[in-house]
Amino acid sequence: MPRQRKPKLAVWKFASCDGCQLSLLDCEDELLTIAGQVDIAYFLEASRAVVKGPYDLSLVEGSITTPHDAERIQQVRRASRFLVTIGACATAGGIQALRNFQDVQEFLALVYAKPAYIRTLAHSTPIAQHVRVDFELHGCPINKRQLLEVISAFLHGRKPHIPPHSVCMECKRRGTVCVMVAHGTPCLGPVTHAGCGAICPAYQRGCYGCFGPKETPNTASLSAWWRHLGIPPSRIVRAFRGFNAYAEAFRQESEVHAKQND
Amino acid sequence: MHVIERDALTALFVALRQRAFRLLGPTVRDGAIVYDELASPADLPQGWTDTQDGGTYRLVRRNDAALFGYAVGPHSWKQFLHPPTVRLWQAQRDGQSFHIRAEQPEQARFAFIGVRSCELHAIAIHDRIFLHDAYVDPVYRARRENLFIVAVNCGQAGGTCFCVSMHTGPKVTQGFDLALTELLTGERHYFVVETGTARGAEVLQDIPHRAATAAEEEAAAAVVARTATQMGRTLHTAGLQELLYRNIEHPRWDEVASRCLTCGNCTMVCPTCFCTTVTDTTDLTGAHAERWRQWDSCFTTDFSYIHGGSVRTSARSRYRHWLMHKLATWIDQFGTSGCVGCGRCITWCPVAIDITAEVDAIRTSEHRAAAEGKNDANA
Repeated sequence: MPRQRKPKLAVWKFASCDGCQLSLLDCEDELLTIAGQVDIAYFLEASRAVVKGPYDLSLVEGSITTPHDAERIQQVRRASRFLVTIGACATAGGIQALRNFQDVQEFLALVYAKPAYIRTLAHSTPIAQHVRVDFELHGCPINKRQLLEVISAFLHGRKPHIPPHSVCMECKRRGTVCVMVAHGTPCLGPVTHAGCGAICPAYQRGCYGCFGPKETPNTASLSAWWRHLGIPPSRIVRAFRGFNAYAEAFRQESEVHAKQND
Repeated sequence: MHVIERDALTALFVALRQRAFRLLGPTVRDGAIVYDELASPADLPQGWTDTQDGGTYRLVRRNDAALFGYAVGPHSWKQFLHPPTVRLWQAQRDGQSFHIRAEQPEQARFAFIGVRSCELHAIAIHDRIFLHDAYVDPVYRARRENLFIVAVNCGQAGGTCFCVSMHTGPKVTQGFDLALTELLTGERHYFVVETGTARGAEVLQDIPHRAATAAEEEAAAAVVARTATQMGRTLHTAGLQELLYRNIEHPRWDEVASRCLTCGNCTMVCPTCFCTTVTDTTDLTGAHAERWRQWDSCFTTDFSYIHGGSVRTSARSRYRHWLMHKLATWIDQFGTSGCVGCGRCITWCPVAIDITAEVDAIRTSEHRAAAEGKNDANA
């Protein structure tokens, strides 16, 4: 159907590694099609040419870690019709949310010669903690197929098909032998959001939880089983404190085990 | 009954391949015995076995050269007959209209090698669901119609097996073309063969074989008889359906929900779970759409999503739904139990939830309540 005008797409960066934005550039075969369907109005990673807002679809990467960014995300929200957060930083605070469990002033004193010039927040927080978010796409990094699905769904006014079930379902559909049951390898798959295609277990590794908690995650039961497998509390804490350490279910579970001695 | 020697298995593979069958069967991969393509009998898990318990599976060396000396593994035959992901059709925009291109399921010619009795019962359940009701599944039919089945009588039971309880094994009784019983006695390694169909008998003619002696037939019968005594688990099925219907609000459902991960592994490994979800996708331009079917699980919230939300949001309701369907409502729906006692849901549950133990807990609590009631009456 002919459109009046192409929707304007913006890609924003906050505290992040740029990997999720790169997933968009990584859509090599589809990139020209995307450019044909949307007006890439603001995407500094790809082009310095900037078209003024408002924007129909904003993809937001990164977490909020500075007072300046806490302001800027409000402007982004005001300029965006649809706001979709992409990646673990934007949806859960990212790996930099490990600071949330420590005293950030100590880090500043250790890392910077003149910490007085640094303005940073005590916590790294997800975008949804600051503004209304229309859809959250998980992953560290996000899966480019899922990103294309979200953009396609937006273009056609339908709900994106991004199942929130466990990684186990992806493992079983591809016929991977369960690394936890068959090898005793601790795996976060049963509590982790699907989307990666269950890559790690296919290479005999336990899931690292890159996509954050699945729907209704029972982290306590999984941890109890890890203890049964002989995994000490310190390792359980490290497992849950990865890229999604500040996602509610993972944060709570790590805090339970952080109080225990090995 | 007939006898073929161990070396004649190669001739069986050749005979099946000459009839254009694609051979699928057990082989060792990634620390487990899985089902995959077999090029020759050398691909079979010779000299391997497994130990299984709740949430635990380990591959172990045997001290003999048995080819079928293990219980069922993580895979089931449903991955071939009822594949995890299928494209149903594609649609192409054509001006203001669109046209649909349906997928034509390809007629498969599978030969399954080493199908166990519980698995034959699982296939029979899928036959009932996909072929014998008002709606026939064309994907299943195209893969099932030509299927050649070489069954195997189990030489040993696994730690989570309970086919004896479900009356589904270990002796192969139905739904096979050829059925083998593996025998290793000192120097000799041979199979006692039973033919189940004319097609099976015809294949047997291409393989060096002879009539079984009475002693050989007895030896084969003794193998399954011994296996029947080794079941790792027991499920008491007397009055089971009524027991579960009486206990829809039992506190045990909350207890199991505290352990259940709602990960869906039990349904994925179950040889009879058949639920799928259908998803429509569009491309970026909106000119092309596709409809895909994928294995789904009643342990996801999307599974029961209807207008207004998901019907089964709690782990309690999802686990209960699964167990109740498998052991009780399945009987109302299809005339048999949905459980064949293979034990996969116990072994491959990441936290060792055991369907037999859950039923036992409910049954025992009723007995206890009844006993206490009697004591109260006496007091």
